Amino acid sequence: MDFSVLTDNWPQILNGLVLTLKLWLGGTLSGLALGLLLATIQVNSIGVVWHAIRGYSAVFRGVPLLIQLFLLYYGGPSIGFVLSPVAAGLLGLTIYSSAQFVEIFRAGFESVPRGQIEAARISGLNRFQILVHIELPQMLIIIVPSLVNLFVIMTKETAILSVISIPDLTAVLNGIGSTTYAFAETLFALAAFYWILLECVTMAGRVLERRASRYLIR
Amino acid sequence: MSDNTIIKVSNLIKTFGSTTVLNGVSLDFERSQVTCIIGASGSGKSTLLRCMAFLETYEGGRIEIEGQLLGYVENQGIRQRASSSRIAETRRNVGFVFQHFNLWPHMTALENVAKPLWLTAGCSRQEARERGAAALEKVGLADKLSSYPIQLSGGQQQRVAIARTLAKEPHIILFDEPTSALDPEIVGEVLQVMRNLADEGMTMAVVTHEMGFAAHVANRIAFIDQGVIAVEGKPRDVLLNKDNPRLVRFLKNFFDRNNFVAA
Ligand SMILES: Nc1ncnc2c1ncn2[C@@H]1O[C@H](COP(=O)(O)OP(=O)(O)OP(=O)(O)O)[C@@H](O)[C@H]1O
Ligand SMILES: [Mg+2]
Repeated sequence: MDFSVLTDNWPQILNGLVLTLKLWLGGTLSGLALGLLLATIQVNSIGVVWHAIRGYSAVFRGVPLLIQLFLLYYGGPSIGFVLSPVAAGLLGLTIYSSAQFVEIFRAGFESVPRGQIEAARISGLNRFQILVHIELPQMLIIIVPSLVNLFVIMTKETAILSVISIPDLTAVLNGIGSTTYAFAETLFALAAFYWILLECVTMAGRVLERRASRYLIR
Repeated sequence: MSDNTIIKVSNLIKTFGSTTVLNGVSLDFERSQVTCIIGASGSGKSTLLRCMAFLETYEGGRIEIEGQLLGYVENQGIRQRASSSRIAETRRNVGFVFQHFNLWPHMTALENVAKPLWLTAGCSRQEARERGAAALEKVGLADKLSSYPIQLSGGQQQRVAIARTLAKEPHIILFDEPTSALDPEIVGEVLQVMRNLADEGMTMAVVTHEMGFAAHVANRIAFIDQGVIAVEGKPRDVLLNKDNPRLVRFLKNFFDRNNFVAA
């Protein structure tokens, strides 16, 4: 194997790598924020709103990301919704992950005992303070594994962004591979990148899990 | 209404679906008075107390805290749910101690007591910590400031919960069976703290099965039955009541269960 194709094209590869990381983090973090927002609304409402959010989550969890990306990028313009590839990718990742974050956070909210919320209310905390100081820190211990897992899944999902011609790492390395015929080297580099990223995310997850469960150690 | 009434409950009606749990409860809580509320399981003791803190809504009657209607605003006879900030303001001076403590497990004892202070009372973190530590000292837990709830016994947890309530300097504290979840040998330490509070003049409403506490510490006992306050009076008079057959039966049941040696 000859890895000089990688060193020769490093500026291009670096761009792809940075874009992949940006889209992954950007999409997943906005998905997390949107998911938390929707779950907060859901647990505080009944009837139509509750079911609407349930439906949102069911639909966007059920439809594969690949198809959602196609719909956004190729289907969008037919209803006057034109997006650049990167914008479509970011939006796709956000929606797709938010649908799963909603479920995680909803289960988290439901795991916090009612009495603790009542104690907070009678102590004078408002709805927002209860969310930040009581519900979130406490549900964390229960939901951190699922959150980390979703971040891991999302790193892998970024690999398909190139189907809507986003110049991410996968696209860049595939491009180099097909012009230089160094398929093995480029694919090997791509696999190595994803593997390292996953290891980092998993490690960060373990640290977070330990921190979240500090108070359970006698 | 005298200025000394902290909470005035009049004609309170509370239903859950089609069952009416409280059907016209009236009871005033005067400053420095200790009221024990007794009654059979399911008679609505907790519900009454929870309504008084607006942890439950109510359908009819009034609950006034120091003259202010709790939970609702009235406009030309039409009643609407008050805003949550208004509700928080009205019950600002009401403390509540739960049967199951309801401490926040991810906070230390000191944080449990101090956090609400700096979040809501507008004092600095430092000041909140000092006030929190003082409250914990008062319930005999000066050496447990940095323990998490899981590291404390049930009695200690309940005392932290009492300190959390005390720290907000309430005008009345509502206790819902504060010792029922505790092992018999540590019930005493919590009752002692409550007795001290009573001696200092704290206004208290206590739902309890501790007849000793009711007999010796309370100024008044109220027996709740079939949705109303059926009997109310001095502890001695209520505990020796012969007129209300349901109260007589309740007390007999109670003493049969607890004094099996004497029986
Ligand atoms: N959230 C609720 N939904 C429906 N019914 C309820 C609810 N809370 C209480 N009830 C009913 O209201 C009645 C009174 O309950 P409450 O808890 O006030 O009784 P209690 O006197 O405190 O009893 P205990 O001594 O067992 O604590 C019971 O019949 C109970 O089943
Ligand atoms: Mg009860």
